[in-house]
Amino acid sequence: MKRIVYREWRVPPARYWSLLGILASVIGVAALAFAYMEHEGHWVTGMSNSVVWGVPHVFAVFLIISASGALNVASIGTVFRKPLYKPLGRLSGLLAAALLVGGLLVLVLDLGRPERLVVAMTTYNFRSIFAWNIFLYTGFMAIVIAYLWSMADRKGDPYNRAIGIVATFWRLALTTGTGAIFGFLVARQAYDAAILAPMFVVMSFAYGLAIYMLVLMFSFKEDDRPIGNRILFRLRNLLGIFVLSVFYFTLVYHLTKLYGAKNYDLVGWLLLDGGIYTFLFWVGWVLIGGLIPLGIIYHPIHGRDRNWIAAACGLVIVGGLSSLYVIIIGSQAYPIQMFPGQTILESGFFDGVQGAASSYSPRIPEVLLGFGGVAVALLVTAVGVRVLQFLPESLADEVMPPDEEASGRAAVGAQA
Amino acid sequence: MTDHHESNTGPAECGPSQPDRRTFMATAAGVTAALVAPGVIMHSVAGPRTEAVTSDVRWGLLVDTAKCADGCSACIEACDRENGLDLQTQPSGAQPTRWENQKSVWIRKVKLQDNQTGRVTNLPLMCQHCEHPPCVDVCPTGASFKRADGIVLVDRHTCIGCRYCMMACPYKARSFVHEVMSNQLTRVPRGKGCVESCTLCVHRRDYGEESTACVDACQAAGHEAIIFGDLKDPESPIRMRLAELASRQIREDLALNTGVRYAGF
Amino acid sequence: MAKAVVRAGLVAVGLAWALIAQVALAAEMKTYVVAGSQAATLDSCVEPTDIMRRKHMEFIQHQRDKTVHGGIRSSKHSLSGCVDCHVRDEPDGEAVPIHQKQEFCGACHAFTAVNLNCFDCHAAVPKGPGAALASKAAYQAVGLEQSPRAVSDGKEH
Repeated sequence: MKRIVYREWRVPPARYWSLLGILASVIGVAALAFAYMEHEGHWVTGMSNSVVWGVPHVFAVFLIISASGALNVASIGTVFRKPLYKPLGRLSGLLAAALLVGGLLVLVLDLGRPERLVVAMTTYNFRSIFAWNIFLYTGFMAIVIAYLWSMADRKGDPYNRAIGIVATFWRLALTTGTGAIFGFLVARQAYDAAILAPMFVVMSFAYGLAIYMLVLMFSFKEDDRPIGNRILFRLRNLLGIFVLSVFYFTLVYHLTKLYGAKNYDLVGWLLLDGGIYTFLFWVGWVLIGGLIPLGIIYHPIHGRDRNWIAAACGLVIVGGLSSLYVIIIGSQAYPIQMFPGQTILESGFFDGVQGAASSYSPRIPEVLLGFGGVAVALLVTAVGVRVLQFLPESLADEVMPPDEEASGRAAVGAQA
Repeated sequence: MTDHHESNTGPAECGPSQPDRRTFMATAAGVTAALVAPGVIMHSVAGPRTEAVTSDVRWGLLVDTAKCADGCSACIEACDRENGLDLQTQPSGAQPTRWENQKSVWIRKVKLQDNQTGRVTNLPLMCQHCEHPPCVDVCPTGASFKRADGIVLVDRHTCIGCRYCMMACPYKARSFVHEVMSNQLTRVPRGKGCVESCTLCVHRRDYGEESTACVDACQAAGHEAIIFGDLKDPESPIRMRLAELASRQIREDLALNTGVRYAGF
Repeated sequence: MAKAVVRAGLVAVGLAWALIAQVALAAEMKTYVVAGSQAATLDSCVEPTDIMRRKHMEFIQHQRDKTVHGGIRSSKHSLSGCVDCHVRDEPDGEAVPIHQKQEFCGACHAFTAVNLNCFDCHAAVPKGPGAALASKAAYQAVGLEQSPRAVSDGKEH
């Protein structure tokens, strides 16, 4: 084992600046989209009084939970004492901060009165889980910055583990809180389930790791830095476990709902009869986000191929966006059950006449805003790795530390 | 009823500073008032409110669905006129079907049929003014609040337009203002980017009027299906009627103790 | 030492400026009240003019919380009062929205580049029944019974 050396990302300037240019133009277009929505009002979006949170929230929540998921890699290294993961820690912290910035931007720019952000930061209602989340997000940012310092600065090293432990608990609180934003809503049948909180935690593991792996593989490939199979396969196996865990929680969520007679209609609608939501559940969430990646990860040949692994990560991300689309938007589209045992014949406000779901189709500006958040996260990451020493020179097998702190290679694979 | 319960706004029981003001006004009325300007002249009728509302009253509605006529929309039209919702215009370029779902609706009619018995019920549905409103719990800034007299309101000055209250409301009672507004009524400020809902005609409460626009309209239409009043006063018409009629809350299972009660279904 | 000199110099400049400003104000006594508004016919606002210029936003903000949360509608510091009295009527009787660039609120806010967002939600002209009730306390504070508009409109309800 050698000392791990971190170096700035040294891709050729032309390549670096064109990457930055692409990201900046996506951000620019998103800024225009925001200006348009802010100027006109939300009528230019697909959101309505029935489906009040739309695609921007899908992106925002996806980025926010992925942020805490991306930090896992660092946590495994410091908190769970896996030296093998230590060289990955800095990028993990950077990516976590960047994804959070991207997600929060989308969330904030979709507000009806974004210029009143200062009100949100100064006036709190502590009964609101949403207000708690504001603290969880800002605190997360501060802790991640401290964490990065403790990883990068020799003086910070003694505090590294302590900060790492705080960060781990904080990120768990953050995703629990984000899940609770939905899980605590008693009004809407599909939300009202505490299991959404741990489910969001597990989803964050999977989606954050998938993003992390893609960024790692892309940045190393561009800069001709080696990644050894040892670490790559460890990450791949971990992703497999996380995707399986998402499946497990999805199953339990539906079983929970299915057990009560009052939810028969809801589950029936979601799984069989919900149009785009049914499609996104089965094809997006289950097939693309679950079965296919698992097939790749555990395939004896494809599972060892880097392109296939990258494809699996990409599919998990697509599946993640689909799952949040179903959870966030589908749950709103399903009519609120105000009158159990009654059928609504007529309504002046789309109360689910004859059980009909509310319609929602995203408009271009809100989709662009979502992409803008992704681009901001990637831009922050790209600039970060370029100007500071986030990326190790090499993750080749021979330079990597042992898997376990004391007992050498005895526990290979125990993690997975 | 109003006299009984708003007596604290009447001349007899004003706060400690009020009597000074009034004696002053009596002696120095007219021109000098312009200079020192304590400003408040009490009216024998319940005029504009001078003291903060208290929890001595709790405003509420009782809807007798048996009297709510199929096809009648008097309450909705009255509400729209009262609160300037009839001044909403579809933005040019908006798709009509989507706009229908984006414009503000404070009260709507719902027609139900019992799946087992086939019995049909009509009722108006609006903010239920819960004692424990979920919208107030979830609002991150505290803009969504319950006034001491039980009215659930949005303080548009601190509403950031996050719409979490709309996610949390079990009655889908709230609307988000999706478009730029320019022709508001003086008594009902409303504008782009904030959430709003039925205020139980809060301006009428504060100027000491008897009832709400929907109640008046329902009465004028000859149905008298809605009664407005103080749920805390056992002598009030609404309480007397509630004592006679079997009534229920919508989503009683949530134990929100709604201020709007329904009878007859 | 040098620091002290600089500080003393700054204080002196500040004092001189304040003095000049005072004199200049006293000399001008320029009014910004718009001709054609009710306010142009009155001697004073609900508070002395210089106080209104500096503190009107505090008055309005303080009053707004009392109104929204406490339901108090009897304050002379009501925005409805501002609008009713200061809005300019066209010769045909049509009131011009008060936040427009040439009007009472809009002109000054445009000049000072202070964002004016009251009228995102609030009516920029007295509108609808009840408008006279809302401005009544402010009018009474300056010695009028109620908005002359209410009289000419006839019934307020």
